[in-house]
Amino acid sequence: MLNLFKIAIRNLMRYKRRTLLTASLIVVGVVFVLVFIAVSGSFKNMMVSQITDSFLGHIQIHKKGYVASIDTLPLTMNMGPQTLKKVEKAINDIPEIEASSMRIKFGGMLSNFVETTNVRLNGVYPEDEIMTVPLFPERIMRGDKTIRKGEILVPELLAKGMKIKVGDMIVIVATNKDGSVNGKQFKVGGILESATGPGGRDGYIHINDALEVLRMDRVEISEIALRLNNFANLENVHNKLNDILSKELNKEGKPAFEVHTWEKLSPFYNIARMIDIMTLSIKLMLIAIVLISIMNVMIMAVYERIREIGTIAAIGTLPGKILSMFVLEGFSLGVLGALIGNLIGVSVVYILNIAEITFNFGRQTGLVLSPTVSPADIAVISIMVIIVSVLASLQPAFKASRMEPIKALRHV
Amino acid sequence: MSLVIAENLSKTYITGEIAIDALKGLSFEIEPASFISFVGPSGSGKTTLLNLIGCLDAPTSGTLKVSGADVSLLGRKSAADFRGKTIGFIFQDFNLLPVLTVYENVEYPLLMVQNAPAGERRSRVLSLLDSVGMAGQKDKYPDQISGGQKQRVAVARALVTKPKLVLADEPTANLDHKTAYMVIDIMKKMKDESGTTFIFSTHDQKVVGEAETIYTLEDGELAGRNSKGGNGHA
Ligand SMILES: Nc1ncnc2c1ncn2[C@@H]1O[C@H](COP(=O)(O)OP(=O)(O)OP(=O)(O)O)[C@@H](O)[C@H]1O
Ligand SMILES: [Mg+2]
Repeated sequence: MLNLFKIAIRNLMRYKRRTLLTASLIVVGVVFVLVFIAVSGSFKNMMVSQITDSFLGHIQIHKKGYVASIDTLPLTMNMGPQTLKKVEKAINDIPEIEASSMRIKFGGMLSNFVETTNVRLNGVYPEDEIMTVPLFPERIMRGDKTIRKGEILVPELLAKGMKIKVGDMIVIVATNKDGSVNGKQFKVGGILESATGPGGRDGYIHINDALEVLRMDRVEISEIALRLNNFANLENVHNKLNDILSKELNKEGKPAFEVHTWEKLSPFYNIARMIDIMTLSIKLMLIAIVLISIMNVMIMAVYERIREIGTIAAIGTLPGKILSMFVLEGFSLGVLGALIGNLIGVSVVYILNIAEITFNFGRQTGLVLSPTVSPADIAVISIMVIIVSVLASLQPAFKASRMEPIKALRHV
Repeated sequence: MSLVIAENLSKTYITGEIAIDALKGLSFEIEPASFISFVGPSGSGKTTLLNLIGCLDAPTSGTLKVSGADVSLLGRKSAADFRGKTIGFIFQDFNLLPVLTVYENVEYPLLMVQNAPAGERRSRVLSLLDSVGMAGQKDKYPDQISGGQKQRVAVARALVTKPKLVLADEPTANLDHKTAYMVIDIMKKMKDESGTTFIFSTHDQKVVGEAETIYTLEDGELAGRNSKGGNGHA
């Protein structure tokens, strides 16, 4: 059986060394892209989960305008019980939300009876907080891995500077909404490791203690952090939540809430973006490699076979068939490169996993890199390589198909 | 009706400033099922004429009809189409495709040009390879057979589509005498079997003698026509 495809393969086999060389170039490119995607993707995921799972959460809901003035932690922009009901309903209506944690945030003074400093505090429901940011307990360096009533988790740097130890007594003083000052004694329940990013150096107390310090007779909440059951749904859930909550208007007729994903809340989003851009540039480089190497080899193939092209054209082979003959050759070369490249790439990623490469991020040390390649990555890269191979062979193939048979036959 | 009718056929090549009149107003007719040779010194226009008849090139002036069609007017694609259906080619350098076996080379025009069904291809290719005495070598590649054998395969390839006309420009120039005769004999035998007209050009006076009708070209003009049979003399 003879067909165009077979002719293309035989022509590739004819120049084994050249075919192998071009294919290896593509293979190296594909392996490089796959490994880069896997490693950078794993690094990015780890970084993002370090941020979202240790204090930020995936999504946060505030009263409109809170994030803009978050540096002063205003008590006047809290959500009261009526408002909270609406938010709770919205959260309950979205099944993709796995957990939520209500926080009251305020600034106060911390005194250990020797020194006084200012501190940013979160009053939280401990169980909800741990469900929403599951890496939180790991940040408690000393003391119990939880928050008890009457106890405070002091941020590491404050503890160090003021020589505060677990079990010490300290006083928190805060100004409440009406402007009066109130203080309360806490036992130091634990020292909290700093996390990278805003809010990573806050202290934590139980929400009931916070209400007491602030002399609130009802629950008021500054921030609701959410955790999704699948991080991939971030955009989707964010939009859904926005849709529901933007219908809630305040007294001025403006939207009452603001919903932010972690991306808008953490400067690390920019680093994640950088990784994406680097991945994209490396993909573009792969495209360039494939384009140039295939085009080069196909131009050579056409040039070497001018007399053969003249022969088949004289015999009556239509231009379209000659075109497909050469395009198929480039296509097959691309398929070969993509196939071997993916095989080697996946093996390298597998080996990297076995090797358990560790790295440090912020104060987190010994994070194990677990690079993964998804079938989607493989599909995208393969399709990309193959399409580019076809495009690169189009020009030489077109040239071949347009050759004048007599000129081609005379060619020596 | 004649298979090839040329009237006042001219071809002028223009290279830069210089115009070369390669053919100067040729008129002749070629009947179906004939065995024709064009002879003449180098540069007399044999290749040019065969290219015109083969629809590989267009005349500068005059008319040329092949198998009833005015081929001077064909476009690129329709010329390819016409060649594929009507004309077989045999080349001086054999021009077999090196990546195809002997069998596949002969099968090529049926498959790639005429899209003939597999069963028909097989019987046709095998019977032609048998006729040219190459059936035993059908799975060899061109670089594994001799020049004479290559040209026999080329004869089979030219005939596989049952063309009305086979054109061969110097088909024996690259062969020794004995082999040259053998190839011409095979062409003649195939002409008798299939009724296909063969037109070949040659330098070789001995080989010329095998033709039924011999046209002599000189400097782009027809200088003589000799027929062996009852076709009369020029
Ligand atoms: N493509 C071309 N461009 C310009 N001049 C050409 C071209 N092809 C042929 N000629 C000229 O036309 C004339 C006839 O050439 P042609 O090749 O037809 O002769 P020929 O009889 O086949 O010669 P040979 O026996 O050497 O093959 C010659 O003078 C040649 O130089
Ligand atoms: Mg010639």
